[in-house]
Amino acid sequence: MTPDLIYDQLIGAGCVKKIIFSWGGNPGVGSLHRLRDAVENGWPHPIEIEEHAHAGMAAAYSAGAANLPFGLLRGYIGTDLVKYNQRIKFINCPFTGVKLAAIPAHRPDVTIIHAQKADRKGNVLMWGVVGVQKEAVLAAKRAIVTVEEIVDDLNAPPNSVVLPSWVLSAVCEVKGGAFPSYAQGYYQRDNAFYKAWDVVARDRETFKAWIDRHVLGTKDFAEFKRSIASFNNEGATSHV
Amino acid sequence: MSDAAYTADEMMTIQAARMIRNGVTLFVGIGLPSAAANLARLTHAPDTVLIYESGTIGAKPTVLPLSIGDGELSETADAVVSIPEIFSYWLQGGRIGLGFLGAAQIDKFANINSTVIGDYNKPKVRLPGSGGAQEIAGFCAEVMITLRHNNRAFVKKLDFLTSGGYFEGGDSRQKLGLPGKGPTNVITDLGILTPDPVTKELTLTSLHPGVTVEQVVAATGWPLKVAAKLDSTAAPTSAELSVLRDLNERTARAHAGQA
Repeated sequence: MTPDLIYDQLIGAGCVKKIIFSWGGNPGVGSLHRLRDAVENGWPHPIEIEEHAHAGMAAAYSAGAANLPFGLLRGYIGTDLVKYNQRIKFINCPFTGVKLAAIPAHRPDVTIIHAQKADRKGNVLMWGVVGVQKEAVLAAKRAIVTVEEIVDDLNAPPNSVVLPSWVLSAVCEVKGGAFPSYAQGYYQRDNAFYKAWDVVARDRETFKAWIDRHVLGTKDFAEFKRSIASFNNEGATSHV
Repeated sequence: MSDAAYTADEMMTIQAARMIRNGVTLFVGIGLPSAAANLARLTHAPDTVLIYESGTIGAKPTVLPLSIGDGELSETADAVVSIPEIFSYWLQGGRIGLGFLGAAQIDKFANINSTVIGDYNKPKVRLPGSGGAQEIAGFCAEVMITLRHNNRAFVKKLDFLTSGGYFEGGDSRQKLGLPGKGPTNVITDLGILTPDPVTKELTLTSLHPGVTVEQVVAATGWPLKVAAKLDSTAAPTSAELSVLRDLNERTARAHAGQA
């Protein structure tokens, strides 16, 4: 739905062929410059885009989770997205004749989400702004969940969002795994990083130096986090 | 009234805040709309129900959120629901009184563009896109738009129609079957524009202090209609300015700490 900085990194590193999204910016800061460079200038290579509005994405994930062929909503009528996205179609309600938008279900090969807790059996609990995480997991062929901590007992109140272990392919404990974004109850967004990213991603060479040093040059997430800590202390550009 | 110095952006935010009725259910975007909505909540409209598209209903942030996922929103909300639920049961369900949007471009029928500048397939500037804007524009009972007034933003023809206002004008919005009434006010840093009751063409109906009609006409990319009886927007009061500045300072302090 809303590709964040991690998508910008993947796009800039040339790992992305196609992006399906409904809002592509650096939240509260501005642009995703690597996404823009790919769409505007085809760097490092052109990417295909399939663009929706939030409600359409939500309906498509819900349809995927429910094993329906398409999601249904009022919406898109009269807007230009319909001219450029051939996967948005209109149908008439068989009962009232009202015109509705239909979007093919999202069925990802793999969904990866981050949540707060798992128990030792691999049941996952999440709370706060849960977004479309549950639908994205249930729509996917395989789902991987990273969590802040693994605990003996989830102590989940009734009606909490719990993803039972048997709908998941893997659960991994990755403390700080939502970085640089939020994990409610654990940490705030690293706002300095979001702002610094604007400077890093604006320029191809600065971006390449960053990804070489902090992503390709580190062996795992723990080392990446240590590398990033020094990056934050130095400021956005002093390392290039 | 006040003779305190203020910026054009402060005038815009304060005027937008004034137009929010106390108690309204308000679907709000990050940025200018969020600042105005929270200013309203901290001044004359304490019972306004703020809804952000991340699914936070009745959020009461003490500082402005960085993004719609901000814990400040979910921790202060009356309820937090999923994304499919906020868009289907609440927005499409017709439960929201007022939608509040920003935009990169607007045309004379209050249609807005937040998708691209230039050609869609080879854009000069790729903007973030619709997000929830298109449904907010379609399904809130009423919509308010706020953006800075200049020729790049107020254009004769949109590069892309992201979210519908009055489409081709007249009754074209109703003919498309959109339930909401559409944009009722556009608040800029120069004045207020409201749609003509019949043609739906945006008409300048109020000037902010110190702004001339010529200035607004020159900043608009189509021949702007001007109301026969033009109102004067009241200058920001010192109370309004102090609440807004406190909010902005509190926000800057809180966010600087998150390093």
